[in-house]
Amino acid sequence: MADTSFDIVIIGSGPGGYVCAIRAAQLGFKTAIIERQYLGGICLNWGCIPTKALLRSAEIFHYLQHAKDYGLSAGTVSYDPAAVVKRSRVVAKRLNDGVGFLMKKNKVAVIWGEASIDAPGKITVKASKSEAPKGALGPGAYQAKHIIIATGARPRVLPGIEPDKKLIWTYFEAMVPDHMPKSLLVIGSGAIGIEFASFYRTLGAEVTVVEVLPQILPAEDAEIAAFARKSFEKQGIKISTGARVTKLDKKADSVVATIDDGKGGTPTLSAERVISAVGVVGNIESLGLEKLGVKTEHGAIVVDGACRTNVPGIYAIGDVAGPPLLAHKAEHEGVICVEAIKGLDPHPIDKRLIPGCTYCSPQIASVGLTEQAAKEQKLDIRVGRFPFIGNGKAIALGEDQGLVKVIFDKTTGQLLGAHMVGAEVTELIQGYVIAMNLETTEEELMHSVFPHPTLSEMMGEAVLDAYGRALNI
Amino acid sequence: MPINILMPALSPTMEKGNLAKWLKKEGEAVKTGDVIAEIETDKATMEVEAIDDGTLAKIIVPEGTNDVPVNALIAVLAQEGEDVKAAAAAAAAGKGAPGVGASSPPPSPPRSEGAAQQAASAVTAAQGAISEGKSPPPSSAPRAPSPQAGEGARTNGHGANRVFSSPLARRLAKESGIELGRIAGSGPHGRIIARDVTAAKDGKGLKGPPVAPAPAAGAPLLALAPSDEKIRALFPPGSYDIVPHDNVRKIIAQRLIQAKLTIPHFYLTIDCNIGKLVAAREEINAAASKDKDGKPAWKLSINDFVIKALALALMRVPEANVTWTESGMLKHKHADIGVAVAIPGGLITPIVRQAEAKSLSLISSEMKDYAARARARRLKPEEYQGGTTAVSNLGMYGIKEFYAVINPPHATILSVGAGEERAVVRGGKIEAAQTMTVGLATDHRAVDGALGAQLLDAFKTLIENPVLMVV
Repeated sequence: MADTSFDIVIIGSGPGGYVCAIRAAQLGFKTAIIERQYLGGICLNWGCIPTKALLRSAEIFHYLQHAKDYGLSAGTVSYDPAAVVKRSRVVAKRLNDGVGFLMKKNKVAVIWGEASIDAPGKITVKASKSEAPKGALGPGAYQAKHIIIATGARPRVLPGIEPDKKLIWTYFEAMVPDHMPKSLLVIGSGAIGIEFASFYRTLGAEVTVVEVLPQILPAEDAEIAAFARKSFEKQGIKISTGARVTKLDKKADSVVATIDDGKGGTPTLSAERVISAVGVVGNIESLGLEKLGVKTEHGAIVVDGACRTNVPGIYAIGDVAGPPLLAHKAEHEGVICVEAIKGLDPHPIDKRLIPGCTYCSPQIASVGLTEQAAKEQKLDIRVGRFPFIGNGKAIALGEDQGLVKVIFDKTTGQLLGAHMVGAEVTELIQGYVIAMNLETTEEELMHSVFPHPTLSEMMGEAVLDAYGRALNI
Repeated sequence: MPINILMPALSPTMEKGNLAKWLKKEGEAVKTGDVIAEIETDKATMEVEAIDDGTLAKIIVPEGTNDVPVNALIAVLAQEGEDVKAAAAAAAAGKGAPGVGASSPPPSPPRSEGAAQQAASAVTAAQGAISEGKSPPPSSAPRAPSPQAGEGARTNGHGANRVFSSPLARRLAKESGIELGRIAGSGPHGRIIARDVTAAKDGKGLKGPPVAPAPAAGAPLLALAPSDEKIRALFPPGSYDIVPHDNVRKIIAQRLIQAKLTIPHFYLTIDCNIGKLVAAREEINAAASKDKDGKPAWKLSINDFVIKALALALMRVPEANVTWTESGMLKHKHADIGVAVAIPGGLITPIVRQAEAKSLSLISSEMKDYAARARARRLKPEEYQGGTTAVSNLGMYGIKEFYAVINPPHATILSVGAGEERAVVRGGKIEAAQTMTVGLATDHRAVDGALGAQLLDAFKTLIENPVLMVV
């Protein structure tokens, strides 16, 4: 008979859950992880990773189309949607297998099925629809001293634009199109909406983005979002902000959308497909939380700095524990959660210092306070900017459109926020993340030597600019 | 290559030690693991083992040298097949000799002119003086430690005093005029970060005014105390002998001054009727099985019961099992009881860890081992550092009651007097009762009067009813 009693059981094997399981195993806990569908969760299978694979195909397609700009000829460039999708699935599968390997390596038991918590310490697992991987434990009753909920989130559904998976897609369907739609309406301009808009536009679809708020990428700094908007519009993406889709009329192979443009007009728009990307909501249902008295708020489980819920022995990490809904936040919380259980007294996550990345073209990356947020907090600030056009490496790359922006506290020199738009900025932002975590001031940043020629030189120049000392502009 | 043997750091905080004894002579063969020297540190004598096979080619620091800095070259080992004389000569030429106890006399009497000059310049360099290669003429008389030497030694120690802080925290502290050393850090490894400075501005986590660095050897403990000359002037010359302080004495003086100056002590006393305890002890000891030499399996002392009772009392009154720190109260989960053991020239308090969970016989055997090794100065630092409280027992000298000085980081110390028959009044009649008076000295920052009283009451209940210690 298989062992059913564990020190720690984690519900959900997304990036938060599986990383949490590995750390728990490293700390010597007897650990199990429960998954109902995909090891690695949405991130690896239907989110971060496969979309990056799709966007890479689009990027290379874009470069080939512009081969001439680099003195090259590429003949007729075309793409096979099925092959593009297949590549992204192969990438996802590889990582999915990788998680299975990591669980095995760390001796984490995998339990396959739908979990619910009967009481602190007691879990019932029911059979799920998908087939269990080899070696996984099956349905039944399990015991755990500590139960960590890492069930993630799913697409939010707005009344009137319920996804039907054929004409109205969520990210699941948008990731595996059977053909390339000629026209596409994207509802919502957060990271998911904008990345799909960018992907489909690059591959030739007519794309319209409708955003209810006054700016696209609402979480980003207004100046960066405006810069990105201009760039998207130049690529041919149509963008309506302060507007909402009020009605979707489904035809045989298209949808007619009625849009309230916020200025009194109600134009209609016909699109072959619609992507609903209006956010995600935490998977807090069917776990038995109400019965246990676990406190939830705005669709998320309420936790403290060590990811403890109000019920002893029950913890929550990642999307299900509230914003920001990011894989790297979930991973970090997973580590903190088990380290706190071990009594290691980890530092709680500082949510102000979690970076965010959007992989559209141009890329967006940011950390810390936006200029607006700093002003709302009545902080006395200095802002520094440096454009890609002043950077040698950017020009050599043929990527001279972009902006690096930093925000300092005027009195203390504390770096409050950094915001970037342009090529490869998602790989640059960690420099500022480390700087902020170490509480550096402008002085240390100015004292740091940035290698030449790199895009990172702009990070140093932006700091100099905040103090009126930029050199190459 | 000959191997340099350096002054080892026997505990993380050790900066200097005394080279008590060489157990191998120059020219003697040594094997890995052989004990080659004994080093006297704060409170213990530790053995230095050879980590390589070879021949002890040259002893650089003679035995009996005090205050040898950690990592100073103390001897040179010639490896197998190496020329012992050549290794010794290389060592004598002063290679790697800097840092040999700034206050120690030169290692050996006059030698060849060139070697002496080199050695002298090495010593000068260690003192931080710039001599431009012009060495002072070699002198055959041992040189008295110069003031510069002392300065140099202290500067070298500075690395250990570095206060880790973030750049932003440093700037904020400077702007608000708070000395970094006074701020309790909450970042990784105690690093001071911005929020600590912000909290310190509101008076949170602010340490007291900077404590003067631990006095260097020979320096007066307190500027307020009269100088040695003034004290000596009070006695006719020749009417006394001067016995130099050993490390144990210096440390005791330092720690007790620190304890009395920084800990607000208050005192409580209670009488315990130990009639049942005495009877129980006799019964338990009589029941001990004997081995073939007729040695009983255990022989519990009254003090063993006291240790156990205090540990259990702390479990019953956990608020008293604490340590005061500026940033917060450390509430200990276990009762680690230090037990004062008198040793020649001083005392030391080995610690019975988690005494609440140990049986009386285990406590008893641990204490016997500790006491024996303490007298031989063979305790390891981890065996006498820390603890959550302590017991001092002077009952065997007939002392009725007293109050020991708290031994930081403890918040309390229990002073145990003699158990004796005393006349007590019970129900209007005078009776004889086995009575033992105990005193509790308490750190008022951590444990208030009522709490201290509760602890003593719990202790009294346990020691008067030893059966309760079984559950």
